[in-house]
Amino acid sequence: MRRLPTLSLGDPLLRAWVYQALALGIVALTVWYLTANTLRNLELRGISTGFEFLWREAGLPIAETPIDYAPTDSYGRALLIGILNTLKVASLGIVLATLLGTMIGIAQLSRNWLLAKISALYVELLRDLPLLLQLLFWYTALQALPAARQAFNLLPGIFLSNRGLMLPALSIDNFQHLAVAIAAIVIVIAAAFFFRRSRFAKRQDGQRRRLWPSVLILAMLLPTAIFWRLGTPFQVDLPTLRGFNFRGGTLVSPEFFALLFGLVTYTAAFIAEIVRAGIIAVSKGQWEAGRALGLHNGLILRKIVMPQSLRLIIPPLTSQYLNLAKNSSLAVAIGYQDIVSIANTTLNQTGQAIEGIAIIMMVYLTISLSISLFMNWYNDHVALKGL
Amino acid sequence: MNQLTLRPGNLSAAIAPPERPTPQRWMRALNWLHLHLFSSWLSTATTLTLAYLLVRGLITVIDWGILLAVWSVPQGDSEACRAVQGLGACWAVIGEKYRFILFGTYPYAEQWRPTLSVALFIGLYALSGWRRMWRRELFLIWIVGLLAVIALMRGGMAGLSHVPTERWGGLPITLMLATVSLVAAFPLAIVVALGRRSDMPVIRWLCIAYVELIRGVPLISLLFVASVIFPLFLPEGIDFDKLVRAQIALILFAAAYLSEVIRGGLQSVGTGQYEAANALGLGYWRKMGLIVLPQALRRTIAPLVNTFIALFKDTSLVLIIGIFDLLSAAKTAIVEPAWQGFGVEVYLIVGAIYFAFCFAMSRYSRSLERHLKATEHA
Repeated sequence: MRRLPTLSLGDPLLRAWVYQALALGIVALTVWYLTANTLRNLELRGISTGFEFLWREAGLPIAETPIDYAPTDSYGRALLIGILNTLKVASLGIVLATLLGTMIGIAQLSRNWLLAKISALYVELLRDLPLLLQLLFWYTALQALPAARQAFNLLPGIFLSNRGLMLPALSIDNFQHLAVAIAAIVIVIAAAFFFRRSRFAKRQDGQRRRLWPSVLILAMLLPTAIFWRLGTPFQVDLPTLRGFNFRGGTLVSPEFFALLFGLVTYTAAFIAEIVRAGIIAVSKGQWEAGRALGLHNGLILRKIVMPQSLRLIIPPLTSQYLNLAKNSSLAVAIGYQDIVSIANTTLNQTGQAIEGIAIIMMVYLTISLSISLFMNWYNDHVALKGL
Repeated sequence: MNQLTLRPGNLSAAIAPPERPTPQRWMRALNWLHLHLFSSWLSTATTLTLAYLLVRGLITVIDWGILLAVWSVPQGDSEACRAVQGLGACWAVIGEKYRFILFGTYPYAEQWRPTLSVALFIGLYALSGWRRMWRRELFLIWIVGLLAVIALMRGGMAGLSHVPTERWGGLPITLMLATVSLVAAFPLAIVVALGRRSDMPVIRWLCIAYVELIRGVPLISLLFVASVIFPLFLPEGIDFDKLVRAQIALILFAAAYLSEVIRGGLQSVGTGQYEAANALGLGYWRKMGLIVLPQALRRTIAPLVNTFIALFKDTSLVLIIGIFDLLSAAKTAIVEPAWQGFGVEVYLIVGAIYFAFCFAMSRYSRSLERHLKATEHA
């Protein structure tokens, strides 16, 4: 029911209009005032505005580049590498933190007293320390490790030293690369096809088809065929110590390693609490019913409890993912060149602070929005249907 | 065991069940061990593995932290520490640098002032934790307390020498940034939370835009705005102190997160309460101020403490824009060549300080949650 306000101050509708007009006016005035000041200040300091600098030569060295980059490339490309580095650490961090956090959350509820206590201690300790402190601590501790010559050999082919983490690398030669890629695509398509067919069959008679044998056979057969026709398609390149440094393998830099490690262990503590609370919230009767059916604990957790607790877990989990992505910006403190670090250097070199910070904000807003959208979609997916 | 002393003629003695032999102590202990550590093969394996790792870790820590550690060195001479580097801890760096870590570059002779400020802050926290103090006056006490701290730190009056903010540092800065942010953000957060639930679309959308924008970007970017862009916003000749600018950024940051906590509290107040207030003919502000907010805020106290813990930890980010808080002072303390390479020791001690504050608050928040839940329906 819409009506026009009467011209009396006692009319709530008129008051609402006045308030809103006032609010809008104040915001607009503030923005106008700040913009005018800023423009005048920029003019006085002789700083140009706009995004032309993106095409200028950066002259900015970057240690870790997922795509080709040279200091003679443009600022735009340098910033793109920053974005890719942020995405790399954030996506890897989200996956690892979820795994670790879920394990610790379940371990906290273990009937084994020692395991439960140690997990609880972990959560309590890591949650109550600032992340930045933890990152600086891990980075410092990593630098205090022995040099490459006395590196810790954690597992065959994996070395930890003050140069970072050495891992075995896969060297793949180009032509066979293609064959492997095609094989992988074929396997994925076939698996999807099998999955659809078994779901359709299940709808027909309620019987669950076993899916994994056929997928497994396919996954074994195709690589064997490629091996047989073309020889080994890739070689494992183990790092070996030569003189003062390693030869071969791939290096995970101390900066990336400390950042990822710190982010994952910190966020996992929060995720563990969320998982624990989610599992506790599922009523005891569900466990008892599961036991009455003769299922063992692992199966009850996987098939009965977890699907129910997921509904409670996902919304707070989403905000932890958002936190992790935003916290990856602390990379700047330990020298990993993410978007914040590169944009910061850019704005120091060009003086175009507003554009630089606007880019940082846009990147994170986009990342935050994408995570939110995806998790909301997933949440709808696991939510109770038809209620 | 039995709390009642049984006397002849005591009625309870007559109806007490025949005494069963209490199981032997060691039997009970054995039973506990079986149940909690060795109930199955998997459990036994887990216990043994963890126990092994724990013992090995403890031995390493004791060796490094106590047995092989260097506790003190002659003034400014880290020779003895260098000798055991990598094997034993160098706690001497703490003895040498603790004044700098705690108070930064605050004039040495005047460091009783930041000490007193820290004590004042802890007193304020303790006072607010006391449930009998939860009245409107508490907010007033906070304002007075904060003004007292600032006057004490700044000086320039009552015979205290003036100390410019560039020389403030260490723990008082951390406590001040966190506390002032919370106190100043609180009224703003209430307004934004109410605005987000308002019927007026323009106001609602402005509040949503504010909250989501701030929550969507990392705190660092806001601190960059404060340190780099904020000076551009002001007309020629007017400039704020860097500390004040960082403080404003933290307040705006805290208000966005707090307003979401308060909004949760507002949502938990039943519609019946709103309707009852309307039926009494109360206007919007009296309805909110007298009926809704008192109930909503009571429910937000526990999450409020959690927000404060997060804020307390987040203040450490000011390190990146070069403000001298506790963490920043710690990082600077080990820049001096003599003490380079002893970062682990310094970070452990600073971590212990942060932990002491956060752990106390999180324990408090948990007990509060239990207490409020218990009294909610009483």
